[in-house]
Amino acid sequence: MSSTRTPTGAPGAVPGTDPVTGNTTVGALAPPSRRNTELAMLVFAVLIPVLAMANIGLAKDGSLPPGMLGYGAGLAAIAGIAHLVVRRFAPYADPLMLPIATLLNGLGLVLIWRLDLEPTITTARLGGAMAPNQLIWSAVGVLLFLGVLILLKDHRILQRYTYISMVVALILLISPLFFGEVNGARIWVTIPGVGSLQPGEFAKIVIAVFFAGYLMVKRDALALASRRFMGMYLPRGRDLGPILLVWALSLMILVFETDLGMSLLFFGIFVVMLYVATERTSWIVFGLLLSVSGAVAVASFNSHVGHRVDNWLNPLSLGANGGVTETAQAMYAFGSGGLLGSGLGQGYSRLIGGIATKSDYILATVGEELGLVGLMAVLLLYGLLIQRGLRTALAARDPFGKLLAVGLSGVFALQVFVVAGGVTALIPLTGMTMPFLAQGGSSVIANWALVALLLRISDTARRPAPEPAAGIDAEQTQVVRT
Amino acid sequence: MSELTLTVMRLGFLAVLWLFVIVAVQVIRSDLFGTRVTQRRVAAAGPRRAPDQRAPQGRRQQPPADRSGGRRRRGAPTKLVVTEGSLTGTTVALQGQTITLGRAHDSTIVLDDDYASGRHARIYPDRDGRWIVEDLGSTNGTFLGRSRLTGPMPIEPGSPVRIGKTVIELRK
Repeated sequence: MSSTRTPTGAPGAVPGTDPVTGNTTVGALAPPSRRNTELAMLVFAVLIPVLAMANIGLAKDGSLPPGMLGYGAGLAAIAGIAHLVVRRFAPYADPLMLPIATLLNGLGLVLIWRLDLEPTITTARLGGAMAPNQLIWSAVGVLLFLGVLILLKDHRILQRYTYISMVVALILLISPLFFGEVNGARIWVTIPGVGSLQPGEFAKIVIAVFFAGYLMVKRDALALASRRFMGMYLPRGRDLGPILLVWALSLMILVFETDLGMSLLFFGIFVVMLYVATERTSWIVFGLLLSVSGAVAVASFNSHVGHRVDNWLNPLSLGANGGVTETAQAMYAFGSGGLLGSGLGQGYSRLIGGIATKSDYILATVGEELGLVGLMAVLLLYGLLIQRGLRTALAARDPFGKLLAVGLSGVFALQVFVVAGGVTALIPLTGMTMPFLAQGGSSVIANWALVALLLRISDTARRPAPEPAAGIDAEQTQVVRT
Repeated sequence: MSELTLTVMRLGFLAVLWLFVIVAVQVIRSDLFGTRVTQRRVAAAGPRRAPDQRAPQGRRQQPPADRSGGRRRRGAPTKLVVTEGSLTGTTVALQGQTITLGRAHDSTIVLDDDYASGRHARIYPDRDGRWIVEDLGSTNGTFLGRSRLTGPMPIEPGSPVRIGKTVIELRK
């Protein structure tokens, strides 16, 4: 947002120059605070889930659901409080992130509530009704969102905790190893009496902080010391150290926790941030080669991962229980939805077997009931949120803020890609949750914190630059009129 | 529920969902506006802007008010503001700690400026609470106002300190 001074009096040199006074400043349009825009979008974002709920109620039993007004008021209260805090503590923050996050969270709640209405997948063994709990988790998530905005005055403070973040991230990543396996993957930490949480969801934020702080200091060494070979800059052998270390760690996650998603996220975010920090394409080539070779090697000897890859390659083959795979069932759901969908509350996503209809496979419900048109809108909402994050990175003035914004939006984008790609059978399915949409407490809490961090950076980035001093240049330069 | 109502609701919901996306994209368009041209003489430009009450204009008129109020007051400055250069808009709170400027990574303000040295200058408070700027033997020099620094000099709030293309000043 630098402003360029043009001490010129020539008429017509700058559009809008007053030929008499002649003193103009040409600069980027200072972004206004846009808080009222955010409020209007928030109202819209609260109304859409309420409409969806009415839609489902009418389709399922011909009457408006009784909890609709209370639910709408609850969502509106959450959004309103969040808006007021943003208005007070981050007045120049991006106007779109909060409404989009609210809309996705609201839609997710409605979809989970809609699936709760299906008795066959809401049995006690599968955990019963999940929407009320999810609403509580969303409120906790928004509380954390408010906490981050109020307590973290400046994102640059996080830079001081670069290596502490590394330690915390490692602890979070390793901790599930000491707890039991759930559904074939060790990604849960169970605290008796409190419940279980997925530390990986929180690790992704801490990792972004560490990589941003680390790469900011080391990027010159990683970018400049290289040899040119076949049109590509090859890094020196010893500079490969960090990427190989992270690769080994991500492979260890894959082998010991059999968590394909977290492993991909962890390594992917490092490659993305390395590329952004150094502008060297060769890192992406190396990253892709390493991750593909690593994944192939692990899939060939680890049965859980191998099984997932098998399902992906042959979705129509019969499973152990004599039915088709879940991958195939999700694809049937997308197919039966068609272009415009079957309508909310009128799909058959209860038929998707297994345990993850409300979490991993919620996108299949979106695809069936809202069709390709609705699914594209939802994916675009994710895209817009990610775009706002990357835009924040472009606008940020400090290198740490830039890298952190890239890292946070990158980790969000990778997660959306991994889940959406898995459900639509583009890549093997991994046990991750669609941010905001899917059922899962850790996920929704962590993602609200992630959005709060992005809003904090964007507030700093979009804050109007202070008026420059009555410059020494201007005093020394005399305009000569002819 | 009749089939017709359900179909209307189904398509209506998709339309509303897309409307949200389209409105969001319209909001983003504001980022793509080109440049703005601000008259520096506020008095001459005042009446012309008055009828236009849109948000961006409201923001434009704020800085001049800041200029008249913020600089003239006396007393200890509370923050350091970068007013020109690639870091324009960065502020650092003055809390009695020494602020270092330069291209070195461990500087308080890391200058991305070809004309700045690794450890270019530092700004620190003396015993009376005045803020002193000192050049640390930089190649291209540090300027306070128009004069090149030869030794530590106290900075008055509002007087520009120039390092390469970067100008900083202390504000209350």
